[in-house]
Parts: sequence; C-alpha cells; structure tokens
Amino acid sequence: MNELAIETSGLKKSYGKAMVLADLDLRVPRGSVYALLGRNGAGKTTTVRILSTLSRPDGGHARVAGFDVVADRHEVRRSISLTGQYAALDEMQTGAENLRMMGRLAGLSRPAARLRATELLTGFALTEAGARQVGTYSGGMRRRLDLAASLVGRPSVIFLDEPSTGLDLPSRQAMWDTVAGLAADGVTIFLTTQYLEEADRLADRIALLNGGRLVAEGTATELKDRVSGQQLDLHMASEAAYASVTGRPDVLPAHADPVALTISLPTDGSAAHVRALLDQLDPSRRLIQDFAVHGASLDDVFLALTQEPSPRSTAHV
Amino acid sequence: MSELSGASELSGAMTMTGRELRLTLRKPDALITGLVMPVMIMVVFVYLFGGAVSIGTKYVTYVVPGVLLLCAITGSAPTATSVCQDMAGGIIDRFRSMDVRGMAIVGSHVVASLVRNIVSTALLFGVAFAMGFRPHATAPAFLGAVGLLALFVVAVSWLCAALGLLVSSAEAANSAMFLMFLAYPSSGFAPVSTMPWWLRGFAGNQPMTPIIETIRGLLLGQGAGSHLWLALTWCCAILAVSAAASALLFRRRTA
Repeated sequence: MNELAIETSGLKKSYGKAMVLADLDLRVPRGSVYALLGRNGAGKTTTVRILSTLSRPDGGHARVAGFDVVADRHEVRRSISLTGQYAALDEMQTGAENLRMMGRLAGLSRPAARLRATELLTGFALTEAGARQVGTYSGGMRRRLDLAASLVGRPSVIFLDEPSTGLDLPSRQAMWDTVAGLAADGVTIFLTTQYLEEADRLADRIALLNGGRLVAEGTATELKDRVSGQQLDLHMASEAAYASVTGRPDVLPAHADPVALTISLPTDGSAAHVRALLDQLDPSRRLIQDFAVHGASLDDVFLALTQEPSPRSTAHV
Repeated sequence: MSELSGASELSGAMTMTGRELRLTLRKPDALITGLVMPVMIMVVFVYLFGGAVSIGTKYVTYVVPGVLLLCAITGSAPTATSVCQDMAGGIIDRFRSMDVRGMAIVGSHVVASLVRNIVSTALLFGVAFAMGFRPHATAPAFLGAVGLLALFVVAVSWLCAALGLLVSSAEAANSAMFLMFLAYPSSGFAPVSTMPWWLRGFAGNQPMTPIIETIRGLLLGQGAGSHLWLALTWCCAILAVSAAASALLFRRRTA
C-alpha cells in the first residue's frame, strides 16, 4: 500500500496566457492533515480542482489514493470527496433529502442512504434542521451540511477548499473541531486556506503557495524555524531613519513596512544578540524609537516568503 | 480505501431524475405556470380565434394537435433554465467529483421534462374534450399519437438542454421559450394554403407541420398518413443532434 495519499510531480496549469501552477510537487502522507496556504490567486483552488479530477493539468502527474487523476479519474472519484467554497447543495431540498440523494449517488442502497443521512445529521447537530429546506439554513449550518454531504460515501481523501471562508467565529471554531475529529478517524484531509491560524491549528504539514509556486513546505514548527526562533521588531523614528537602515547592505529584514516604519529581523532572542543588533543598526541611538521581541509566527513566515520584491526599493516613496 | 464502488450509471441517473422531479414539485409557481399556460392557450385558440375561423370542421377538432405541440414546446423550454442553473451552481462540482456522468446530470432534466409534459398533456386532452373535441382514434392510433408527441418532447427538451449548456445565465436560457414561435407558422392553427406565398414554403416544410399532420391523422382516425416518416425523421434528427451537442458542450463547460 502506498504511504502517500496525494503525490504530484511537476503539475502545471495555465488559463490562456496566465500561468496558475508552475511545477508543483506535493507529497501528502496518508492519514495526515495537509494545508495549502496562500493568498487569493495563489493557485490553491486550481490545485484542488486538479486533484479532485475536475480540471485536467496541462503538464505533470498527480496521484490521489494511488490512482492517476487523469487516467484513473473514475477510481479517484470513488475515493475522494470535495467540499468547495460554495455550498454544493440543493436549496429546495431538505437537509435529509440532500444527504439521502448524495448517499444514493455514492452507491448506497435506499435504506443504507437513509441510515447514513440520519447518522450524519446527528453527528453534525442538524437533526432538527434535517427536515427543513436548505434555503432556510444559516451560513454555518449550510457549511456543516455541505461537509456532512461530502462524508456520505466514507471517502479516504477529503478535499476542503477554504472551509472556513465566510464563517463567523463560532462557526469557524466548530468547523475546526469537525476537521480535527475527521483527522482523528484516520482519513487524509487536504485543505486550502488563507488563514495562517487555521493552517497552524489544523495541519500536520503546510505548503506555502505563492504565484503558483511552492515557496515552502514543512510542519508549522519547521516553517517558523525558517524565519528563526525569535524576531526583533524595530519601530523606526522617522522615514529617513527607516530608509537609512533598510538601505544598508548588511541588513536583511524578514519583513519591512515603509508605511508603519517597522523592520523585523531574525534573532536568537538573547539579550546580547538584541543589544548587538541595536548597536550595529543605530550607533547614534536616534534612529530606532522602540522595539519588541517575539517568537516567530506563521505570519512572519508567510510575509517573509511571499512579500513583494524588497521593500528597500519602495522605501523612499 | 473507500468501501463503495459508486452508483451504477442507471441508479445514478434515476437518483438524478428523482431529484429533478422533487425540485419541480417544490416550485409551485413554475408548476402552476406549466399547467395553466396550456389550458389558457387552448381557451384562447378555441374561444377567442376559433369563432372567426371557418375551415369546414369544428375549429377545436382542427386545432388540438397544434396546441399540443405548442404546449410541448412551452413545457420543454424550462429545461434550458434548470440545466443552466445546475451548471452555474457549486453542486455540479460535487456531482462530478462523485462520478455522476454528465449525461445522467443533463438527461435527468430531460426525463423530468417528459414527466411534466405527460401531466400537462393529459390535462390538455381533458380540457379539449370538455370543449367538444371528439377524437375518433383507435387505442393503438391514440397511443401512436401520444408516443410521437413524447418523442417530440424528448427531442425539444434535449435541444433546450443544449441551449442551457451553451449560455451562462438563466435569463439567456429563458430565451428557449422563443421556440414556441416555430409552432405558429405550420398547419397547426390554419391550413398552410391560406398563408401568403412567402410563408407557405417555410410552413409547409418545417418540422412542426409533418408532426402535427401525423398526430391529427392518428387522432381523427384517418391513420398516420404519409407524413409519419418525415415526422419521425425530424424528431430523431433533432434528438440526435441536440444530445450530441449537449455531450460536447458539457465536456467543454467542465474542461
């Protein structure tokens, strides 16, 4: 048995002249929660659509649950489920009817589909709502039913495209608990998100996608280590001070913001290193207004690896 | 590994059809329109225009096949909208990721359209009978007429399904209703010989006329007549071309 639930090599996709994915290589271990993290337009949805057989790649290969997504797409479809950004439900059918329909389409007998629908409605706290048409549901209920519908056929690989986008905080929290529960059952979960917190909370491994390219991959801890264990945030006294520090060839900020006049630098967090950095950058003790040291967050990784070309060039604007 | 092998294609198609019929029943406005419109059309032709038309027979006897065909078109046209809405929503991705075949998805709308039309046609026959329509058909001839009408409904529904796959908005898909104007310049409502010369060529040779003539012959006990093969050819041609176009358009839409 293959130990990888998802494996891609050199995956490419363009729409017209716009390159959306460039040579994407992913390896998702069986039974893990894997997060594809990136901004809007990074290529997350395209990746999910290719892996769930809805789009064909222009180049490269992808295997899901051991099957090729192009040549064996029917076999792939029997092993996966997809929950997209928009609820894939019939508004004018009740929750129970939607689930029974999905059950029948997944190959369950009529009684088995009925049983599974009841089971899922209970599991997702929708027992009472099950008899109502989906059109009357709140956003959070819809999302829960949508996720329930994707589980009808007991898939071994679950794709969740931005599962918490558009949800309020309590609903998002509930969604996270659900995903964590699914992961505990041993299925493989491949989710996309623009929320660092979500990836940090849920995922065993995180792939950072930017402009259709993989810019980093690893556990949340590994990614944070790439930025360094601690980070020194400097708040500069003036635009001139900001420009003079970012303009130095020996300064390589993890992140710099010319508007807020902040510069973030990696440090080991020791007093000696912080003091040395401050002295080195600001021997006159007039450039830096104040500073803070904190443990690197995924935000720092995200900003460091995906930010626009060096802020140095825009520092004087 | 999943424990399921997926639904068989037949059972998938049946589930999809059940879905479409349930959704039909959940749209009371569409349901009422679908039933009231044919009755209104019949009333308009028989009682409003019928008095002024003299063609040697009772006008209701003459006009029923034309009205049947006109209502078959208005009854099939909503297929375009429902197909279009399915393609635009997120649910199409789920169906495809569940390995429901494109032909089952689109075909379910056609089967549901056929069921809707059987109901409205039955109602139409009842209303016509109440207005004095007295068919002289033997049971096999009557079944033949209904069978040809059903074939026509399936063909036009596939045509509308193809239209629904071609356009991207439900508003544009509504234009399928314009197909009803094809039914007027035919032998359905007035003999072709009474039309101006420039319309006669079209009215005499368009697909509606042989279908109407065949249904008329069968209902009035005169036999299917010489138009039968042309009528069947037209229906099968529209059906084949539209179904093939639907398959092609579905693949293009979901590429």
